[in-house]
Amino acid sequence: MNRLARGVTVGVGVALAVALVVALLELPAAAIHLPGTVAQHLAQSGVEHPVTAVLLNFRGWDTLLEVAVLLLALLTLLTLSGGQAAVAAVEADPLLQGLARKALPLIILMAGYLLWAGAHRPGGAFQAGAVLAAGAVLLQLAGLLPAWAAPGRLLRLGLTLGFLVFLAVAAALLGQGALLQYPPASAGGLILLIEAGLTLSLGLILAGLFLFVTGRRA
Amino acid sequence: MMTLAFDWLLVVALLWSAWRCLASADLNRAVVMFIVFGLLMALAWARLDAPDIALAEAAIGAGLTGALLLDALGALRARREGRDVHGEAP
Amino acid sequence: MSTGLLYALAGVVLFALGAAGVIVLAHLLRKILAFNVMGSGAFLVLVGLAQRTGVPDPVPQAMVLTGIVVAVAATALALGLARAWHARTGRGTLTEGEDRD
Repeated sequence: MNRLARGVTVGVGVALAVALVVALLELPAAAIHLPGTVAQHLAQSGVEHPVTAVLLNFRGWDTLLEVAVLLLALLTLLTLSGGQAAVAAVEADPLLQGLARKALPLIILMAGYLLWAGAHRPGGAFQAGAVLAAGAVLLQLAGLLPAWAAPGRLLRLGLTLGFLVFLAVAAALLGQGALLQYPPASAGGLILLIEAGLTLSLGLILAGLFLFVTGRRA
Repeated sequence: MMTLAFDWLLVVALLWSAWRCLASADLNRAVVMFIVFGLLMALAWARLDAPDIALAEAAIGAGLTGALLLDALGALRARREGRDVHGEAP
Repeated sequence: MSTGLLYALAGVVLFALGAAGVIVLAHLLRKILAFNVMGSGAFLVLVGLAQRTGVPDPVPQAMVLTGIVVAVAATALALGLARAWHARTGRGTLTEGEDRD
């Protein structure tokens, strides 16, 4: 890119920022009050934490498709790196290995706590899955867990379990009218079931984004 | 007053780290500045009363993305050096 | 100025910075970094703007939570593509002659 084009692009970027700042400052107040609506319906959602209620009940549809997007991204990544042999694991650092061994139980405990806490305070499947994935990456970096080759049957089941459980619940509820509209009495249990599946699958998918790719050479 | 000063400081730090991340001449430093940016974002989410996002950002935005970026950087470097050794690189 | 509006304005600047970066920067890894900065800016606008009255709003917070997870998947995919491109052409940039790192 030559100097002129570069200068023009930066100028357009600055103009965009100024225009957006002016627009934000002159924006009228919102016509609808979403926090109020959420608070109103929170009692029927089956959980006490509003963010979890939005994620898995009021807008469960979005979350279902989001897990599908994650699976799709992982599948594409697998196709890209397919046919490449993973090189041997990184050399072992005894200090890091000791730390990782000590940290692993705490990481799993923390993921379980976050999953459980999601019903009534900040936490939930996404954070728990992210913590699990971070644990797997730590193990790989310490040389305790080899990089993953092509997924076997068990790993495939683990990767898709969250999506399948979510889909099964959605399909079972279809008979009652609307998609993903839980009956208030069993909403809490269903959400916990979906979140448990999601935690495992999100952890494996996010870990897979790293472990299926790292240490490979064409 | 204190919280307002903290918000301004955090916003300036966010913009500065994003700028350093994009403008730095060294790719290694750019990636490290991006991890710093992710951690500052986690603080910003905490200030916006969004502890859920702060947790996710700290684990994903700073941790997992940082590991992915550093791994990719290492792979690109290793492949290039491998080619240099065999005299194939331009 | 409320806290929400301040962060929304910071988000706007980050978005513009990232957008210019995606176009101007040559190296693919830098483009991916700029894309992530752009995404973070959009997330800040979403949550900050909804909370400019000072009331926490769970709806954009939930949307951004899913957005962050999708963003990391997109980043991993983009890095995978950049690696495949590098393996095939030996270049870190899309066009020739700009490969400086």
